[in-house]
Amino acid sequence: MSKLDFDLVIIGGGPAGLAAGLYAARAKLNAILIEKMVPGGQILVTDWIENYPGFPEGISGADLVLKMTDQVRKFGLPIEGHEVLNVDFNQPIKKLQLNDKDLYAKSVIIATGASPRKLRIPGEDIFYGKGVSTCATCDGPFYKDGVVAAVGGGDTAVQESIFLTKFARKVYLIHRRDRLRAEAILQERALSNGKIEMLWDSVLKRIDGLTNVERISVENLKTGVTKNLKVDACFIWVGILPNTGFLKDAVALDQSGFVIVDSNMKTSAPGVFAAGDVRNTPLRQIVTAVGDAAIAAVSAEHYIEAVSR
Amino acid sequence: MAAGVNEIGDNSFDAEVLKADKPVLVDFWAPWCGPCRAIAPMVEELAGTFGTQIKFAKCNVDENPATPGKYGIRAIPTLILFKGGNVVEQITGMVAKSKLEAALNKLLS
Repeated sequence: MSKLDFDLVIIGGGPAGLAAGLYAARAKLNAILIEKMVPGGQILVTDWIENYPGFPEGISGADLVLKMTDQVRKFGLPIEGHEVLNVDFNQPIKKLQLNDKDLYAKSVIIATGASPRKLRIPGEDIFYGKGVSTCATCDGPFYKDGVVAAVGGGDTAVQESIFLTKFARKVYLIHRRDRLRAEAILQERALSNGKIEMLWDSVLKRIDGLTNVERISVENLKTGVTKNLKVDACFIWVGILPNTGFLKDAVALDQSGFVIVDSNMKTSAPGVFAAGDVRNTPLRQIVTAVGDAAIAAVSAEHYIEAVSR
Repeated sequence: MAAGVNEIGDNSFDAEVLKADKPVLVDFWAPWCGPCRAIAPMVEELAGTFGTQIKFAKCNVDENPATPGKYGIRAIPTLILFKGGNVVEQITGMVAKSKLEAALNKLLS
């Protein structure tokens, strides 16, 4: 074990990774944050955040993440753009194989988050960016006075559908159950919004068009009737999948692929911690991600102290 | 000319992009688009690296509806790489710096 680049490598630059980075930098750890795209993660596509304390007027996802990034940089944490392809956590010094080099570290925090789940229906992939979208703030304004469909019933689907009504003249919200799962306040706003038409007990079967999305087929699960609707776009918010593919079996994952941690955010591999949406958690919010991250960073600090003695 | 990302629009698109003497990257963006704002610093950085060989431009789709309409853009961020007035590659959504670097190197080859 001759090579060692860092005491701590944080993988992922969403709220969890940035918060872990903030604590690591302030603890003066020799740490780095690596992110395959640019810092932000899923909150970049969130138009407006009203449930993160400290912002009574609300704040856009992009603004919040830019503030978090500035705060981390202020304390000197390096942030670099690399993708982790493989890991080896079997040795005291962990090895991360990146797209362009290898990194060796005493400790790792996994904060890779999650990505939108796909429906795997015909048309979903070919019309991606041509009417199929998972980002209302990116693509919603292209459908001024249009008719759009949204799929899902959780917080994201309901909140983003409400956002879409700023532009579209009609939003069909397709949900496979007979009631929404979203926060009560979001449900109230959606159900009282004249532009949103609920399609209960329904699933999206296919998306069709010539070069762009033109129509969708929706099946009512209770009646078995399938109807075609003319829409200009289709937004899909049907949950998330953890970004854990690069981990293979390096740490224990639950049945859905989320990283299993204890209350100190320790994974099954010594010195490896996880925080935020990527871990098995009952709630996936910015406020829980940053809480996880603070614990993970302090746990990592204790681990590094212990092995460095 | 100093490397950077110049704002272009519907009126200047022909002269600045289609008739440019170098390959051009155009970043289609809007102020309301979070991911667009997130990748902007990366595009600026690449303009610093590739700026002598490739022209970097950005086009606000709110203020310039004609050009994104012409290229069928229905999602942003969209980056289009032009060479001799033709579209060589169109990248929609968030993109990793390494992938964009590879696309720019390919544009030059």
